[in-house]
Amino acid sequence: MLSYISRRLGVTFLILLGVSFTVYVIFAFLPFDPAALTCGKNCNDPGIIEANRRRLGYDLPFLTQYWVFIKGLFIGRTYGEGAALINCPAPSLGYSFQEHSCVTTLISEALPVTLSLAIGALVLWLVVGVGLGVLAARYRGKFVDSASTIFVLIGTSLPTFLTGLMLLVFVVIKWHILPFPAGNYTPFLEDPYEWAQILFLPWITLAFAYAALYTRFVRSAVIETSNEDYIRTARAKGLPESEVVGKHTLRAALAPIVTMAGLDFAGLLGGAILTESVFNLPGLGRLAIGAVVEYDLPIIVATTLLAAAIVVTMNLIVDILYAFIDPRVRIA
Amino acid sequence: MTTPILEVTNLAKFFPIQSQGIFSRVKGDNKAVNGISFTLNAGETLGLVGESGCGKSTAGRTILKLYEPTSGTIKFEGEDITSYSASKMKPLRTKMQMIFQDPYSSLNPRHTIGSIIAASYEIQKITPENGVKRAVQDLMERVGLNPEHYNRYPHEFSGGQRQRIGIARALALKPKFIVCDEPVSALDVSIQAQVINLLDDLRDDFGLSYLFIAHDLSVVQHISQRVAVMYLGKIMELAPTEELYKNPHHPYTKALLSAIPIPDPILERKREQIILSGDIPNPVNPPTGCVFNTRCWKAQDKCRTTEPVIMQIGASQVACHFPD
Amino acid sequence: MTLLEVKNLSVGFPTPDGVVHAVNDISFSIDAGETLAIVGESGSGKTVTNLAMMGLLNSNTAQISGTARFQSHTGEIDLLGIDPNELQKYRGQDISMIFQDPMSSLHPYFSIGDQIIEAHQVHNKVDPDVSKERAIELLGLVGIPDPASRITSFPHQFSGGMRQRVMIAMALVNNPSLLIADEPTTALDVTVQAQILSLLKDLQREFKMAVILITHDLGVVAGAADRVNVMYAGRIVESANVFDLYAKPAMPYTQGLLDSVPRLDRPHTNRLSAIPGQPPSMISLPDGCSFAPRCSRISEVAGSKCLMIMPELTLRTDAHSARCFIGERAGA
Repeated sequence: MLSYISRRLGVTFLILLGVSFTVYVIFAFLPFDPAALTCGKNCNDPGIIEANRRRLGYDLPFLTQYWVFIKGLFIGRTYGEGAALINCPAPSLGYSFQEHSCVTTLISEALPVTLSLAIGALVLWLVVGVGLGVLAARYRGKFVDSASTIFVLIGTSLPTFLTGLMLLVFVVIKWHILPFPAGNYTPFLEDPYEWAQILFLPWITLAFAYAALYTRFVRSAVIETSNEDYIRTARAKGLPESEVVGKHTLRAALAPIVTMAGLDFAGLLGGAILTESVFNLPGLGRLAIGAVVEYDLPIIVATTLLAAAIVVTMNLIVDILYAFIDPRVRIA
Repeated sequence: MTTPILEVTNLAKFFPIQSQGIFSRVKGDNKAVNGISFTLNAGETLGLVGESGCGKSTAGRTILKLYEPTSGTIKFEGEDITSYSASKMKPLRTKMQMIFQDPYSSLNPRHTIGSIIAASYEIQKITPENGVKRAVQDLMERVGLNPEHYNRYPHEFSGGQRQRIGIARALALKPKFIVCDEPVSALDVSIQAQVINLLDDLRDDFGLSYLFIAHDLSVVQHISQRVAVMYLGKIMELAPTEELYKNPHHPYTKALLSAIPIPDPILERKREQIILSGDIPNPVNPPTGCVFNTRCWKAQDKCRTTEPVIMQIGASQVACHFPD
Repeated sequence: MTLLEVKNLSVGFPTPDGVVHAVNDISFSIDAGETLAIVGESGSGKTVTNLAMMGLLNSNTAQISGTARFQSHTGEIDLLGIDPNELQKYRGQDISMIFQDPMSSLHPYFSIGDQIIEAHQVHNKVDPDVSKERAIELLGLVGIPDPASRITSFPHQFSGGMRQRVMIAMALVNNPSLLIADEPTTALDVTVQAQILSLLKDLQREFKMAVILITHDLGVVAGAADRVNVMYAGRIVESANVFDLYAKPAMPYTQGLLDSVPRLDRPHTNRLSAIPGQPPSMISLPDGCSFAPRCSRISEVAGSKCLMIMPELTLRTDAHSARCFIGERAGA
């Protein structure tokens, strides 16, 4: 098992290196000049542009640029010199001239927001999706099942931004159940109540679609598993129905959910762009979108790389978790 | 003497076992078939018998070049086809066919049985006289299906009927040699007998040769002229049917014969039964020496160190140091 | 002592095409310590009969009627009339089952020890360590080498034969008075089948239990059974002591079955005698004898009585009954 993990870690590192290089290549050969963008959209002074180019290292040959970038990840990086010296300590992902800030700082501010959003939504959709899915499978053809079908239909067909807007309009503006989440994100450690209140609607918005998908998936997985021979064995042993379903069926039916949830969660960490935009949350998704609009290359490279890193790492975690869940995978 | 239709010499098929991941390494070989030799004469049926994992199905598929052989040679009608490419095999495919075990999964549920049987003609771009439909219906009639059911789908047929469809499909191109891979194992006893009798009749009518693969010695007895008993990728004993059942020389053959219950309570309760201990070893790490030594009651040191060579005892070929 | 007496058991499965009459009005009994074989081909209703008695058919999809009086450790109960939650206390304790496919009948995610311990715990209020001791004892008894260390192994680490031994250990953990073995060796190789059958025979003697052996294999029956019920199209068509049945089969179907088995103990003939045709559709059973359309002796009965009237199961000689007009005793 340990050798398996270390081997996988090695592979993960190589994949990330490959992704970072690819991202770097794509953005390096885009048909606009990153140095020109650093001094604002209407900046025409070639002197300033050239100075910035040197300061940011865009004058170096391509491979050297990449090397400096990678080195920055491990030992940090400085821009300019003297009084104008900017130091981005390791892990440095570059410096955003538009935001006048190290990219790592920007990301470390945005990441907790997205993390809060994603974790809350994950918990919510797992509880609803698994719960409803199991109930629907258990009482197939009964009321719960039909109700869950309608839920699945709405959840999978309603786009996220529409769910979000409708929640805002009704819950906040019309019915005044919750105060307006005016983009003033409060960290959990500062005020947990405030934190939850602001994130409540985004959680629901985000979880809604996923919960619907998971309900459908869990329902069919539970139904499929209940037809397995070993479930019949469990019943033949005389186990009460609650244990047949709660222990034997769920254990097998939910194993694939771990993979699914892990990857969906990883996808969200890359930035829940729509939800963050609708609710004006300063998360990674909004950081990335803002950077794309502004051609803020260092941020684009960094967020892309981060998203890839999260997906690859999550894949590894899911695979290791799976080995703990399914003994058949363990010996490999 | 005429050339045999099939001549297999030292045939082996290993499946590499790879570790998972990007940098997969070969961890070992599943030695499914590990050096078997036999010949099959025209019009003859050779039974290939053994328990699960003995390599009998792999042998059948490798002979048809559905798997690439690891080593050894396969000669079909005197022609060495061992290293033939897929395109070079194609014209030969009309002469060699296969019938599968599971009549449920070997037929495409979305195609009518007419088109399933006719597909053989299309693939080989052959147009039979009197047209495809006529030819298919003749075949259906010959294997005991109602030709009017030409446009029905596989699910409308019972297991035995589906196996007849599989047989009709295999016969379409007038082959000379058919590998029957456990063709009756999935069928009920009363239906099993129907299919065996049908295969028997077809062999005589069409001048076919069969390699008849089965796990059950009692089924093979009725259709084979000679029987080969396989264990862990090797042939333990190969003998004319009569001889094999009357005078088995290899301990494994004896054990296999003894394991089959007799449908007569008086005889069944009286007879001495050999019950082998243990399980079949993993073909990735077969035992050294004689592969059967771990379960053999006659095994001695020699059996654990030296692989027995095949010796001729009367009409039987036996791979055993201490044959009876 | 009669352990189980089944009367007028019928099982139907409603489908869009009509009701599948899987089991039709069957009655039989089994004494304590006896081995009763139920023989029939696929679809004859032999498995459904036993699943119905064990309460393992889905009550939403199966229509079950009849009675099954069973002498349990708490006195006489009707397996078919009792509340499902009540029946659960007898499953795995008084009556155990082993199934055809040992590969799929054990839960892949739990160790074999846990699965056996669970079967013991559910019926005994004892310390888990006691159950563990019991599990190790039984694994040893069924011939698993080194049971104390194998107890933590998972099903996939065992061969098919070994898994069936584990299933047997699990079935016997509570000393049942009746073991239902549903095609226990069909999925196994012949040499392994011989091992399992001889093991079952030994254990039956040791545990003094009755066994219902469901099988299609007349060879297995010849070696193991005391009495035999032959089933065809959901009905018992012949019932006799095993020696009588093989010596003087009264029903042409039984005769046909015996003739179509390839036999090694007789001089080999090239042709097997087959029963022509197919079993009837269980949705629209023929009015007369279900076997009449395939019967070779139909001409021995005057008129087309066989095709119009279903013969009754009548006594021929002592304890030998058959469902056939041929050979019926006058006045019976």
